[in-house]
Amino acid sequence: MTDQKRQELEALALRVREHIVRLSTDGGCFTGASLSCADLLVYLYADCLNVRPDNLQDPTRDYLFLSKGHDVPALYGTFVELGFIDKARLDQHLSTNDHIYWHPNRNVPGVEFHSGSLGHLPSVALGVAMDCRMRGQDNKVIVITGDGELNEGTVWESLLVASAHKVNNLTLVVDRNHFQANVATEDLIPLEPLAPKFEAFGCEVRRIDGHDFKALEEAFSALPFSDTKPSVIICDTVRGRGLPSIEARADRWFCNFSAEEVEELLRELHSQVATTLTSETLTVR
Amino acid sequence: MNYEELIKETALADERLVVMTAENRALIRNLPAVLGPRFIDTGITEQTLIGAAAGLALRGRVPVVHALATFLTLRAFEFIRTDVGIGQLPVKLSGFVPGFLSDGNGPTHQAIEDVSLMRGIPGMTVFAPADEQDMLAMLPAIWASPAPAYVRINTRPATYEHAPFEMGKAEIVAEGTDITILTYGMLFEQTLVARELLQAQGKSVGLINLRSLKPIDEAALLDVVRRGSLIVTVEDHFITGGLYSILAEVLLRNQLTARVLPLALEERWYRPGRLSAVLEYEGFTGHHIARRISEFLGESGAAIAEGPAVLENQFAE
Repeated sequence: MTDQKRQELEALALRVREHIVRLSTDGGCFTGASLSCADLLVYLYADCLNVRPDNLQDPTRDYLFLSKGHDVPALYGTFVELGFIDKARLDQHLSTNDHIYWHPNRNVPGVEFHSGSLGHLPSVALGVAMDCRMRGQDNKVIVITGDGELNEGTVWESLLVASAHKVNNLTLVVDRNHFQANVATEDLIPLEPLAPKFEAFGCEVRRIDGHDFKALEEAFSALPFSDTKPSVIICDTVRGRGLPSIEARADRWFCNFSAEEVEELLRELHSQVATTLTSETLTVR
Repeated sequence: MNYEELIKETALADERLVVMTAENRALIRNLPAVLGPRFIDTGITEQTLIGAAAGLALRGRVPVVHALATFLTLRAFEFIRTDVGIGQLPVKLSGFVPGFLSDGNGPTHQAIEDVSLMRGIPGMTVFAPADEQDMLAMLPAIWASPAPAYVRINTRPATYEHAPFEMGKAEIVAEGTDITILTYGMLFEQTLVARELLQAQGKSVGLINLRSLKPIDEAALLDVVRRGSLIVTVEDHFITGGLYSILAEVLLRNQLTARVLPLALEERWYRPGRLSAVLEYEGFTGHHIARRISEFLGESGAAIAEGPAVLENQFAE
């Protein structure tokens, strides 16, 4: 990846983070979880996957399934920046006049399937990958899960089946931001060592810095990792990435900031000066 | 023609059809060799089975998925509701050994809330054939429909020559002025016996095989209500959420009332055993059904208990 390309992606990711911050008010959204995967989504849609606003009906397009649906603000922001949806739709966040809410749905062009109930889309993506293979197509089928989501047995069940059926066009990507809803993953249901778990389930695994565009490119351009196994990419990320005042904080998963705080956070995004937050910390789970 | 031959014939004519199973192959053992990659066994994974079926349906396939009715509708319920239901995808659920057909397995395997669960999902259709002939008549229409569907698979041999299947229509076997029996699924065979026994006592007894629980043939139910006979609902299902509930909903929606005797499972699982023993113990043989109806009418059931064993010698375990 050229430095120019990297800078372009970083600039794009910054704009996506601005959208996330702007959505974190007037009802709020899952800010922390969205910021951790913003770079990943920007890289995939802007520089990796064969999916664009003009090929969403093409059965040979690449598929991305967002299984950790609560990070959909990052997806909305990416879709606005890349022309999948009109920016004005984000003004309808949580309005019943549109379908822009806390989890993805197919009324938003680019969303392949609704999610929100954790542990569902690995199996849905498996079905899509099986069909692509049956038809002799080499589409990439990517499913992004959270790390807390790995508590769900169906993630592992799907990998067991994918591995048994040698579905090597399926890639599971973990947004490893080290937190689940309320607490650090390792303080509740420890996941480490994580890579060997996926290996034991028959997957070929790579682990990278999920905020490093060059590392993302290196990993994703090597897909599929195997002729016979599903691929897994563990992206180590930081919850709240880009906003030091909320980074890596268990209590900043879902945020509903005041209008003033949003303005301050937008300045923080650009200048990296931490904001003093006074809005009440929310937990919705 | 049997279930496997029908699905094979349909799949060979329509490449959209994919046969899937959570390692329940009882009725589809010969299909892997015929369908190749269009036969997918996910192992004992009902949830992944349904999620993957949704994915295949997103790609234009029509997956016909097989699992024991109880694990299919209970273990995978949220996947059916959330992936198939919200997605409004044409996934066809074939539930094996529903209701009393799970005979000796015990309560873990008794799908007797499946109708209630499945019909509660928006857009889901629900079918319960009386026997194999009835089932083979309805499956082509069910698989051809764009709607998600749940079918209580029933391969028991027919003891009655059924009328052609029509989507959303009940089969009116007989009309009666004293009593009308409403039923679905494997108990149809027993209600035929019950009807003969009651007719022999001089009663005019109607009998309706619902076939489809959703959509329900509301016109047929309202016809029966207007006739003013005693209505008896007979089902191998909990009393909550099944046919008795459906009838109650239809009555209330139309601001009507009726005299109704529900024969169903009330607040408990059934005693496991051989199918004939289960029906006997639980009071769902033709004789027991007739006796329970007679007693409800304030008459002695004794005459029926001693009556001729109509059709019972044909019972297949």
